[in-house]
Amino acid sequence: MPEKLKIKQREHLLVLLQEEQEQAGHISGQFIEQIAQAMDLSISEVYGVATFYHFLSTRPLGRNVIHVCKCIPCYLKNSQLVLETIQEKLGIAPGETTQDGRFSLQLTNCIGACDQAPAMLLNHDLHGFLTPDKIAQILEACP
Amino acid sequence: MPEKRIVLRNCTVIDPADINTYLEQDGFKALAQALAMTPEAVIAEVKASGLRGRGGAGFPCGLKWELARKSSGVEKYLICNADEGEVGTFKDRYILQHDPFTLIEAMTIAAHAMGAKQAFIYLRAEYHYLLKGLLDAIDQVKARGFLAHLNIEIREGAGAYICGEESALMDSIEGKRGESRFKPPFPPSRGLWGKPTIINNVETLMNIPAIILNGAQWFNQIGTDKSKGTKVFSISGDVARPGVCEFVLGSRLDEIVVDWALARDIKMVQVGGATGGVIPSSMIKTPLAFESVLGSGAVTVFNQSRDTLDFVSRTVEFLAEESCGKCTPCREGTEVMLEILGRLAKGDGQQEDIQTLEELSSVMSLSSLCGLGQAASVPVMDTLKYFRNDYETRIKQSVFMRSLRGAQWQ
Repeated sequence: MPEKLKIKQREHLLVLLQEEQEQAGHISGQFIEQIAQAMDLSISEVYGVATFYHFLSTRPLGRNVIHVCKCIPCYLKNSQLVLETIQEKLGIAPGETTQDGRFSLQLTNCIGACDQAPAMLLNHDLHGFLTPDKIAQILEACP
Repeated sequence: MPEKRIVLRNCTVIDPADINTYLEQDGFKALAQALAMTPEAVIAEVKASGLRGRGGAGFPCGLKWELARKSSGVEKYLICNADEGEVGTFKDRYILQHDPFTLIEAMTIAAHAMGAKQAFIYLRAEYHYLLKGLLDAIDQVKARGFLAHLNIEIREGAGAYICGEESALMDSIEGKRGESRFKPPFPPSRGLWGKPTIINNVETLMNIPAIILNGAQWFNQIGTDKSKGTKVFSISGDVARPGVCEFVLGSRLDEIVVDWALARDIKMVQVGGATGGVIPSSMIKTPLAFESVLGSGAVTVFNQSRDTLDFVSRTVEFLAEESCGKCTPCREGTEVMLEILGRLAKGDGQQEDIQTLEELSSVMSLSSLCGLGQAASVPVMDTLKYFRNDYETRIKQSVFMRSLRGAQWQ
């Protein structure tokens, strides 16, 4: 069992899951089992927390995760074009990852950037006032 | 009523990365003043100011503090709610970006008043890019010795709208699924880990230093009878000038969307986010205050080209996705509403749809556990009130289209 999982209290569960998401890119079944054992919780309770939050994933994600905002203020500024542009460039639909593991595409609810609509988060960075040209530049710059 | 900067007074004035620029603007003078007062006197001042919560519900701030102060127990917690998930709201992001110091000063004053030694800022995952600036600001304040009696920790959310609801937020800090709790008990008596807890929105707290420095009397004279002070609005949608502005409470909607944001050809405006009220252009002079319509201060403008049913179905889709699923009226109600509205938006309505929506709305608003389910029907009911014709026409068209298809099949 990894050392970091020991002597942790219940309140650290979400923080540990967030750290694992950050480091490993997803929360594996194996990690859920380990953490449940270490914290003396049922597997279902840990799985329940891991699947409750949009920014935690139990499936592997790409190196770069794109969250396109689909809420009304972005929708009014043509967020469909953002989504279509990305889908066309990467050849994947929302919820999918490119074969080379470079990108995952996800739809998300309001990211609080309605004054810069249409907007998206790329990993943790905010990109607003998106146009097809701007999106192309942003995607090309990704590792 | 005019624009007035109380909450945003330091935004774009100070350098958010340098505490010295904040100290030049009377930074931490309110804290010194508050520390010279008894906690009871600080609470009395906040109560007398008439400040109400800015997150959406509008609960009197001083009363909340007093309840927590009077709750027995040595361990108490203060939480700053920076989980701004309400659709169309971005004022707290703007505040955190431009003036983290006023927020930290306000938290030290609140902690002194209620008797807390531990505070949390619950920051939504979508705002992770603000984390570094906030941590840096806390470090600077600590280095100047202003955090001698208070430890401020930042806890990050992981993407859940419901965690802006205070009881779900506490569950999330406790490392659980963010689900609303049964109330009572309310947080000031039993909150985080069962201890007395105050949860204040970022914007609510931002008012505190100014109230302490200028006095309750000064604050009390701004605004309307039941809504004192100013409100920060987040303006988006069909406007020429989206952004953040601060107006005296009771200002008319047209002063904000037409005069400030330069909106033209307005069909309707939603005020207060996904569960906020919908105001048709005929009522554009509605004053914005707790006694009329306000919520989180999100102002989303729709022009005449927008389809009512498309808007409502997308809004309810959001609420159905974000319902935590704990109580049945909200979990099932939002799904059934979405099913009906989705059909209507696609032009496949049925005669009984309006009646079903009305029945669902009343059940959900009466029996849901928290604000999400209770207010989920507000945009539906409001559009049914002001744009009923859109619903009826869509249903008539649907029936007609079906009859044509029926004729073809025969």
